[in-house]
Amino acid sequence: MTEELRIGVFICHCGINIGGVVDVPEVVEYASTLENVVHAERNLYTCSSEGLESIKSTIKEKELNRVVVASCTPRTHEPLFRATCEEAGLNPYLFEFVNIRDQCSWVHMHEPELATEKAKDLVRMGVAKAARLEPLEELTSDVIPSAVVIGAGISGMTAALSIAKNGFYVHLIEKGREMGGLLRHLYKLYPTDELAKEFLEQRIKAVEEHERVELHLSSSIKDVEGYVGKFKVILDENGVEKSIDCGVIIVATGAKELEPEGLYDYDGEKVITQLQLEEKLKHEDLNREGIENVVMIQCAGARGEVVEYCSKICCMNAIKNAKLLKEANPDINVFIAHNELQAYGEEYELYYRDAKKAGVRFLRFPLEKRPKVRKSDGKLVVDVFHERLQMDIPLEADLVVLSAPLVQNPDAERLSKMLKVPLGQDRFFFEAHVKLRPVDFATDGIFLCGTAQGPKDIEESISQGYAAASRATIPLAKGYVSSEAIISSVDEAVCVGCGICESVCSYGAIEVEETEEGRRAKVTGVKCKGCGTCGSSCIKRAIKMQHFTDDQLIAQERAAFVTETETEVVS
Amino acid sequence: MKEEEVKLVGFLCNWCCYAGADLAGVSRFQYPPNMRIIRVMCSGRVDPVIILDTFLYGADGVFIGGCHLGDCHYLQGNYYAEKKIEMAKRLLKEAGVEPERLRLEWVSASEGERFAGVMKEFTAEIKELGPIKFEKEEIEAACIAAADYSLRILATKEKELLEEGNKYGEVFTKHEMDRLLDDMVREEYEAKKILLKLKKPMSVKEIASELNLKPNVVFRHILDLKRYELIEVHEIRDNTPTYIARELSEGGNEE
Repeated sequence: MTEELRIGVFICHCGINIGGVVDVPEVVEYASTLENVVHAERNLYTCSSEGLESIKSTIKEKELNRVVVASCTPRTHEPLFRATCEEAGLNPYLFEFVNIRDQCSWVHMHEPELATEKAKDLVRMGVAKAARLEPLEELTSDVIPSAVVIGAGISGMTAALSIAKNGFYVHLIEKGREMGGLLRHLYKLYPTDELAKEFLEQRIKAVEEHERVELHLSSSIKDVEGYVGKFKVILDENGVEKSIDCGVIIVATGAKELEPEGLYDYDGEKVITQLQLEEKLKHEDLNREGIENVVMIQCAGARGEVVEYCSKICCMNAIKNAKLLKEANPDINVFIAHNELQAYGEEYELYYRDAKKAGVRFLRFPLEKRPKVRKSDGKLVVDVFHERLQMDIPLEADLVVLSAPLVQNPDAERLSKMLKVPLGQDRFFFEAHVKLRPVDFATDGIFLCGTAQGPKDIEESISQGYAAASRATIPLAKGYVSSEAIISSVDEAVCVGCGICESVCSYGAIEVEETEEGRRAKVTGVKCKGCGTCGSSCIKRAIKMQHFTDDQLIAQERAAFVTETETEVVS
Repeated sequence: MKEEEVKLVGFLCNWCCYAGADLAGVSRFQYPPNMRIIRVMCSGRVDPVIILDTFLYGADGVFIGGCHLGDCHYLQGNYYAEKKIEMAKRLLKEAGVEPERLRLEWVSASEGERFAGVMKEFTAEIKELGPIKFEKEEIEAACIAAADYSLRILATKEKELLEEGNKYGEVFTKHEMDRLLDDMVREEYEAKKILLKLKKPMSVKEIASELNLKPNVVFRHILDLKRYELIEVHEIRDNTPTYIARELSEGGNEE
């Protein structure tokens, strides 16, 4: 490197959060002795406007070309300090973050001296890395102003309509012959008791009538190529192959009810699921069948029985169906055998009370002693273990209704591979961050909503549909995307084109191409997410993972324990 | 050195383990101050060469923290990390260093308390082992072996060979894979040790006695090294050829 390195180090007291444990003045003094450091100072809060102003003015006055801030965590504050550097005309990637709060002062509160030593070491490591940082540029590329929404359940329909209303063209893809998803099987909806059919018809009409929604029924996804802004979705629509170009994709593929095969004597006739019950309610079959006693069993197949998770919607769904049964025929006996009942929030709690008032009986069983269904004199009996009485309560039943959990569709695995987005341990699609990015995938330009992400009721599915649409509209409205600057790059002079990098890349971001010099790996910048697995796999070590290069990591690691007498070790 | 002063370096992935370490801080879970943390975006980024280099430059223990299997932010990175760390452990063993000094753990962003617990445990374990002892040349040889293409291919392809099989669809059993890895790692390590010895000219017999290897094994490695143009014949002394390395950067690194 030809330019002279001029590193500025800013060490934050974070009030007493760091300063109360770590001897900040001592760390500042130490930092000023490090090679290439031309400025070291401390701030009460480096992230305050004063602190930021100081960074900016020092960059100018002392011609800093690298900035190190030792404070909290890059996971919250790196964007702020990078932007500050940029405002002062310094490439934001010439900034290095050192964490001396979350991973030092806060966790070594009773060892101030050792914490101070650790802070010095961490600053030295940060300076060593900073000396090797290189300026990076974010890439931008155009966005095709249309969206593909996969799945025309309530969540997908909501998302598609919302994007269309925002002025963009939407392809709504549904594998079935009709729109509506799970909603088509429901009778009435809680907490309003409106008819699902009427509600759904309005939504279907709105989708069908919108000029910017193009519906693809009986269509399955055959392949997906490309990246944010330039996706190509290959469809099989009624046996005809079609190709759709789009800028963003929303996954709204929904879920299905677990078929409780082998559980609680399930037979689909006398022992049925809640969805099968809804079907009966729709057609008013129950009165015809002369049903007098109904027992509902909650968590059938969930919470450790078949799947591990709680399906979230079954409590309210059972309460609703029980209430509807009682309202249709007050003489009917309805029991809900449950482990823990969730009727959260004001509306649901009131709804639960109404059900109780209508005469629905609730019985609690421990999870380790779930109810048993048996036959006695040709009649069904459900034994529910009563925890207080420590005995089984036998309940006669003409009909047993199992509240089975929602589970992922079997074809989700294939779709997850095509889209290169993950499924979680419960097999549902897995969002980028549970709180910060709840409807994004880690892959740019792909979003998710509805029960594809996990069990949720109509209201939540609609909210998520709107949320996903709003997130997906951002790149569409901007018209361009800027992608990660932290991506890998290939030294073509060293690369031998073996293709091992291509085989480990989950995003298809690095591929071997024929060049005049032979086969060489090539990175598609906008696809690369910057994990660096290709770099650690490259057999010739020809791949450089920017911002986390071998050179930088080795400098950092070698600086970890260098004592002052042997500083020359970092070559 | 006092045993309290064991030096640890940790490479933590940004999305899970680093976040877990942050959470330990936010929740004020205390743990010993021995580890120096380096942030990487994914545990899959951590190269065995860098791990071994960290030991070479004085770490008594190295910790790698990633997302739980199945939860990798980059889908597959941690699966590759697992195999690479296994490879680094095998090389450590060859170099006479306890492989327990290298530890891989999956810690999620929500496991702050667990992160602190793992830190306590790992620090205590390394204190128990005491400061690291090794011959510089041994770790250097391990470093060069890790940088060489054959072990890099194996470490990366292991996952595929175990799950999907080779080009002919032959899936390896764990047992077969272990045997293959043991052999390959030993071979590569021996070859790199010979290469390091040849900074000064030596004959096959001299190398064999210095490294306590059989002369026929040394000769086989010499032929390979010569074929790859890493060494050349220096002179013929009393009808016995001596060999010398062509060029080798200091410190066992090629970066």
